[in-house]
Amino acid sequence: MTTELFTGAEMVVKSLSALKVKYIFGYPGGSVLDIYDAIFQQDEIEHILVRHEQAATHMADGYTRATGEVGVVLATSGPGATNCVTGIATAYYDSIPMVVLAGQVASSLIGNDAFQETDIVGCTRPIVKHSFNCRSLADIPDAISKAFYLASTGRPGPVVIELPKNILTPDNKGPFSINTDVKMRSYNPNIKGHPKQIKKAAQAIASAKKLVVYSGGGIVIADAAELLTTLVETLKAPITNTLMGLGGISGTHKQFVGMLGMHGSLEANKSMANADVILALGARFDDRVTNNVEKFCPNATIIHVDIDPTSISKTINAHIPVVGLVEIVMQQLLDELKEINFTPDEAAFSQWWQQINLWRAVKSNSYEQNIGDKIKPQRVVEAMYKITKGEAYVCSDVGQHQMFAAQYYPFAKPRQWINSGGLGTMGFGLPAAMGVKLAFPDKHVICITGDGSIQMNIQELSTCSQYNLSVVIVTLNNRSLGMVRQWQDMVYGGRHSSSYMESLPDFVKIAEAYGHVGIQIDSLDELDEKLTQAFNIKDRLVFVDVMVDENEHVYPMQIRTGAIDEMWLKKGVKS
Amino acid sequence: MRRILAILMENEPGSLSRIVGLFSQRAFNIESLTVAPTDDNSLSRMTIATKGDDKVLEQIVKQVNKLIDVIKITDITDRKHIERELLLVKVGAMNDKTRTEVTRITEIFRGNIIDIGKQVYTVQLTGNAEKLNAFIDALQNETEIIETARSGCVGMARGDKALRV
Repeated sequence: MTTELFTGAEMVVKSLSALKVKYIFGYPGGSVLDIYDAIFQQDEIEHILVRHEQAATHMADGYTRATGEVGVVLATSGPGATNCVTGIATAYYDSIPMVVLAGQVASSLIGNDAFQETDIVGCTRPIVKHSFNCRSLADIPDAISKAFYLASTGRPGPVVIELPKNILTPDNKGPFSINTDVKMRSYNPNIKGHPKQIKKAAQAIASAKKLVVYSGGGIVIADAAELLTTLVETLKAPITNTLMGLGGISGTHKQFVGMLGMHGSLEANKSMANADVILALGARFDDRVTNNVEKFCPNATIIHVDIDPTSISKTINAHIPVVGLVEIVMQQLLDELKEINFTPDEAAFSQWWQQINLWRAVKSNSYEQNIGDKIKPQRVVEAMYKITKGEAYVCSDVGQHQMFAAQYYPFAKPRQWINSGGLGTMGFGLPAAMGVKLAFPDKHVICITGDGSIQMNIQELSTCSQYNLSVVIVTLNNRSLGMVRQWQDMVYGGRHSSSYMESLPDFVKIAEAYGHVGIQIDSLDELDEKLTQAFNIKDRLVFVDVMVDENEHVYPMQIRTGAIDEMWLKKGVKS
Repeated sequence: MRRILAILMENEPGSLSRIVGLFSQRAFNIESLTVAPTDDNSLSRMTIATKGDDKVLEQIVKQVNKLIDVIKITDITDRKHIERELLLVKVGAMNDKTRTEVTRITEIFRGNIIDIGKQVYTVQLTGNAEKLNAFIDALQNETEIIETARSGCVGMARGDKALRV
């Protein structure tokens, strides 16, 4: 009996099948044509053809953020691969598992500045969790299974695999086998928190009088929202989420004090600043949270739980570091609290909550919408929340609209809120929403965007036509780059340098040109009705272009170089 | 403060570039770096001499450890350790007086003259960085230094402690 032999391209596809991949997001080109040929000749995996490789990475990313499955991207060598760079970096900064298969010129040409050659492993080195150069047929299955393992375990992240053309062509064939039970001697992420640290953490929590829980994207990635809710309800403490952590606890939970940080709520930032113990869970004390690190929460004992030791004591010194998977550590903490018969200090907590309720009463997340005014962007988000009953997947681009969405759409569940938090990638929203819609065709999937961001990947309206991805795009159109303009208003003497869009297209016509439905909303009195109408169209993409007040700023906003709770509440009003 | 880090890593193509890239990307300091395969050919051993305060050093160690290819990293500076560097130095040896002086200094420092030209001596010396610096200073007082090549330091803990898989 002879062993069946396969080309490298066939091995790529067979490896992905073995790893239960359903979709590949990509764009063909010279060096990967053999893989495309192999994809054509099977039907286990569907290839989604985008219009630009950057969109392939964001689409895979959105798919992953909604489902938890590893997203797979396929791009050709040279420009195909370099177009993926922004998407890889986006995934890296938000710890999203992704495997990028990048073509490469034939091994004999590498280093010769050949046509469409770039050193993509070199280009992406600082923004990947790891990367592989395949040099022979036999490397392929091993690299792919290791890539999936690395991408999805520990602190997740993107992995790049470089595949030279000569190992993909029919000239070389070999036997295929893949080991999906990967072990690597150099990679053993810590799973459980150290028992001594758990004890210390539990003791600090038990003696706290002003405890606050600060949770981040780690909770969402770990699907640990239920456990977090149990923990928070046991602790009776206020909880705040980072931008990446929204949905980690229901946005309407009574202990939830809102998002913290630059555009967080006053009560969230005040709770942090006045806490005596901060329990940080899967969050990384990002500079958009801390504001001035020198003034950060001077009286707090900080317990920092994270899977990545480099995140601990990087910007803010942790008094009680705990390295481990956040869902495991939370369970350990709950067990330990039970062990020591934990009950919160009721008198202290009642005072603490009284104080918090005073901060809440300031209603820092509020805006004024008068009849006859231009539409306020916040009002649009609130309307969407009502129409979709808070159940939509909301995919955002980057800018003011992103902050309004985070502030005014309370997310009930994790994975419902999808945005580029770490890298802040404009152009992320639409392709991410497409990835979500592909995974959940029957759910409302909103792309909330601005007139700047949408134009950074607007070509994907074509992909939406091809695969009938009926996303609802809502553009908060302020005829300017709103967040840039806001900073120019606040910091640069109102000089609007290059933040004004003088030649915006007719978005309704653009949508229609691609075969979609376009709706424009100009005034407040038609907002609710037209938005409802948009969400009632289930089988077609609807592009809703909402003309909003261009002078609206995002508030509250931390004052630069101030402490975490020093904020502008509205124009000229400090906290 | 100067620190010596010993790193054990997979002997894979690209491993070195990941370490070097990490140091430049995060603005960490590299004073010297040496790397070569170990007795086990699948492993490379690297020694990095670096500078930084405790907070920076903590990040360096954690960040290096986070690289997938890295198996172990240890800071050997604080415990008893051996540190060695190799120096090759080519010096002018134009006349008897200089030749005698170079030979004498080399003997004092326990170096070896390993090559001679018409007007030059090439000397080899091993030791820690301080000794090598002192040797170069001593030579400089007697003759012209034409060329130096230094390996950067390698290091190892004293006693039974070993860095291995």
